[in-house]
Amino acid sequence: MIAYIVRRAAYAIPILIGINILTFVLFFVVNSPDDMARMHLGVKRVTPEAIEKWKHERGYDRPLLWNLEASGVERLTDTMFFRKSVRLFVFDFGRSDSGRDIGYDISQRMWPSLAIAIPSLLIGLLVNITFALLIAFFRGTYIDVGGVVLAVILMSISGLFYIIGGQFLVGKFLHLVPISGYDTGLNAAKFIVLPVIIGVIGGIGAGTRWYRTVFLEEIGKDYIRTARAKGLSERSILYKHVLRNGLIPILTGVVAILPLLFMGSLIVESFFAVPGLGSYTIDAINSQDFAIVRAMVFLGSVLYIIGLLLTDISYTVVDPRVRLG
Amino acid sequence: MLFVLGAQIVVPACTEVPWNNPYPATDAEQNILYDSFSERPNHLDPVRAYSANEYVFIAQIYEPPLQYHFLKRPYQLVPLTATTMPRPVYLDGAGRQWPDSALPEDIAYTVYRITLQPGIEYQPHPAFAKSGDGKFVYHDLTESDLRGVHTLADFKHTGTRELVAEDYVYQIKRLAHPELHSPIAGLMGKYIEGLTQLSETLREAYNKLTNGADRDVYLDLSEYSLEGAQAIDRYTYEVTIKGKYPQFMYWLAMPFFAPMPWEADKFYTQPGMVERNITLDWYPVGTGPYMLEENNPNRRMVLARNPNFRGEPYPTEGEAGDESQGLLADAGKPMPFIDRAVYSLEKETIPYWNKFLQGYYDASGISSDNFDQAIQFSTQGEAQLTDAMKEKGIQLQTAVTTSSFYMGFNMGDDVVGGRSERARKLRQAISMVVDYEEFISIFRNGRGIAAQGPIPPGIFGYRQNEAGINPYVYDWVDGKPRRKPIEAARKLLAEAGYPGGRDEKTGKSLILYFDTLDRGPDTKAQINWLRKQFSKLSIQLVIRATDYNRFQQKMRDGTEQIFQWGWNADYPDPENFLFLLYGPNAKVGKGGENAANYENSEFDRLFVQVKDMDSGPERQAVIDEMVEIVRRDAPWLWGFHPVGFSLYQSWYSNAKPNLMANNLLKYKRVDPTLRAKLREAWNTPVIWPPVLLIIVLVVSVIPAIITFRRREKAAAL
Repeated sequence: MIAYIVRRAAYAIPILIGINILTFVLFFVVNSPDDMARMHLGVKRVTPEAIEKWKHERGYDRPLLWNLEASGVERLTDTMFFRKSVRLFVFDFGRSDSGRDIGYDISQRMWPSLAIAIPSLLIGLLVNITFALLIAFFRGTYIDVGGVVLAVILMSISGLFYIIGGQFLVGKFLHLVPISGYDTGLNAAKFIVLPVIIGVIGGIGAGTRWYRTVFLEEIGKDYIRTARAKGLSERSILYKHVLRNGLIPILTGVVAILPLLFMGSLIVESFFAVPGLGSYTIDAINSQDFAIVRAMVFLGSVLYIIGLLLTDISYTVVDPRVRLG
Repeated sequence: MLFVLGAQIVVPACTEVPWNNPYPATDAEQNILYDSFSERPNHLDPVRAYSANEYVFIAQIYEPPLQYHFLKRPYQLVPLTATTMPRPVYLDGAGRQWPDSALPEDIAYTVYRITLQPGIEYQPHPAFAKSGDGKFVYHDLTESDLRGVHTLADFKHTGTRELVAEDYVYQIKRLAHPELHSPIAGLMGKYIEGLTQLSETLREAYNKLTNGADRDVYLDLSEYSLEGAQAIDRYTYEVTIKGKYPQFMYWLAMPFFAPMPWEADKFYTQPGMVERNITLDWYPVGTGPYMLEENNPNRRMVLARNPNFRGEPYPTEGEAGDESQGLLADAGKPMPFIDRAVYSLEKETIPYWNKFLQGYYDASGISSDNFDQAIQFSTQGEAQLTDAMKEKGIQLQTAVTTSSFYMGFNMGDDVVGGRSERARKLRQAISMVVDYEEFISIFRNGRGIAAQGPIPPGIFGYRQNEAGINPYVYDWVDGKPRRKPIEAARKLLAEAGYPGGRDEKTGKSLILYFDTLDRGPDTKAQINWLRKQFSKLSIQLVIRATDYNRFQQKMRDGTEQIFQWGWNADYPDPENFLFLLYGPNAKVGKGGENAANYENSEFDRLFVQVKDMDSGPERQAVIDEMVEIVRRDAPWLWGFHPVGFSLYQSWYSNAKPNLMANNLLKYKRVDPTLRAKLREAWNTPVIWPPVLLIIVLVVSVIPAIITFRRREKAAAL
């Protein structure tokens, strides 16, 4: 197992380098360092000298990937890519283009993202599994058909509609929770209710359909027929056999997304004015803050790789037949 | 989650605070103003900040020597920390004084002597904290001292000191600091004596201090003298500028010229502070009525009353009508009236608007999406509040902004540019047919007035009524301007060599190119409208939409043909608009603000003359001449001047639009008791729908449970 983890970690390095190169190239195809300087210095009365100074101080006056004017190893090291990438691999995110400590900002902003993402995930799992089990139990009946149709309808509605509709109905008409905003500590509770409800409802359609498929597949297997033939009650079959075995693909799917919960939701955080990492990323893209963009892309990639690794590990935990070689 | 929902129901019910109140229950009847911001400020250092979203905070904290009178119009400068308005003294090259009537070309220097009010103190700040033996507590911090320090509030001790003239001089020197990149350093270098040289000196000194390393160090500016800014005594300083530049007085009302205590600079540039995000750009220190209590631009910014503020009196004079509107009710009372101002981050207009309607914001603008909900037009075309707004007691204020949104022709373009008679007639013809009155009506809900020239209303040089119309586009008919008939435009187009929209030499259709930002489907209707305007002359308009960066690049390179642009006044002087057409300010090659790259030697000559003149009949005559030149040359379709609509809650008073001043918070007043009462009335929770939903869910599950149990009990076969 340890050898497997080490090997996967080693595989991750070229992947992360590749992602970094892609991020660099894509970002600088759209934004030139001059554009970034203008964005940060403002649009009024910006002199070419100020732009040059800004670029020089942040190292944006160097070549992107290969320095033809340098010699030896400096051709590679005296580039924007090298100077800004190397420290990422020890999780030193450095400073944003506006001068802020990115690591500190991430450590502050991950909590609001988690405050919404974790309850949304847990409650969503509970609700989706319950609905899926209910539909699977009544398979082939009007409840099954109605449930699937409802799930498809819920899947077809835009996430934005849930957000605006939820704010309109729960916040504006019913006056039950604040429409938007955030606070620290326990005071955050009233602000996360609505995003969590919307997150759960928005996920019911896809979640229920997927879990229903998983449960139906299990129900159709021989061991369930055997259990039923043994005279086990339907409740025992559902909870002890179908649910337990059906949870294997569900849990491994959930484990894969666990690390990404840190990254927050771009749209939800923007509409609810939640100061999480999702809005941090969006703000950075809008303000052409490359330092933050590359840090967030790198962090997202690392978390995704960790998620996939955890998925593999979780397979060995939930299914003893699986061995990691 | 059930606990949270339960708590959500129980806790507010006990405190009689609406459930949807986004603020702490304890603040319900506090003297707090609630507002929002949609874009986080980039800089809070007065030497760097230059945008409205930054000024909304720092203008309440930093105090330049002058300010705009809150009530009087036209806009008038008055002393803020100065005792009186400085009178410019004109000198020749030998330092001899000229009379005020001296010709601008004879004046070598202008000296502004500013005397400060004694007894003004800075806000409490750790940079001023001193121990019993008189030493600064936090000026020699080590890494171990900074352990556990994350914000400014983590420093336990604070202190203050009196504002002195040297602080203003220090800030002027900061304009030249090599690491601060002040946006006006270049401009002020042209005027303030010795500033450019100081910039070079400071660059060398800074490089020596850092030895090329990437780190922040304290550069003690008091060790370097600046000829153009000198402290005369404790409360008096002089600023010497080259030549005559009357607009300099307006700059003295901007935060760029606010005082900066050296202690703050020293405090913030200590090792370890930048790494903790504790910088002058993040934690301002000033003498104003407010200080920044909380700086979290990701969530909210909080300004709190500065306990050391001297209590500046509310204005005792205003313009006609101010008294009847209650704007002088607080005359002479010490300001500020509000204890705290909470600005919450609201990126989306829908939640922002709904929270305003629920009473959680005290003031609001109106977006196009909400316009019909808030405003209706009377039969006379006058904007007024809808019944729903009136019912809530909301107040409406409108004001023509000192801004221009125009459509420009690139004067370097072969087809539409240049000063040939052909190109001029083509531009004039297009000016006639692009109907900005229609644009304002369709796309801005009537919130704007069609521009007649480069100068907006409220700025000296603007002419009203018949004398103010653009005679190349409008006729004065029945007491109002009327756009010339389309036949006149077609005639001009034919004279330009494009009869019927076709090139008379080649017979090909005239195709023009409009370069714009690609803002997605939102602008499609405007683009279609624009195409329709050009098609009135059978001109095909091709849209070249690009992203922001490419568009800016096109403008810098001069590869655009027709474009849209805008300008918001820095100060209420015509020079700030006429310079947008001054040849040496061309965008191409010079990086200036003359986006159309317009060049007319006569206009340029008059501009040099008018910028140094004092406002009066002579200056008006020169401005009239300049406006006539550009109207005839038509480098812009003059576009429109937006009209700002602002809504204020019934508990909000002393609301008068002032488009020049930024330090307006101190004048505002709210009635928190009325606000709490109305919030409660407007936000009664409606519980029956969720209760009904739960009942429906429970009832609908019962048959499933019955079926489940029946199946459980059923025999296998």
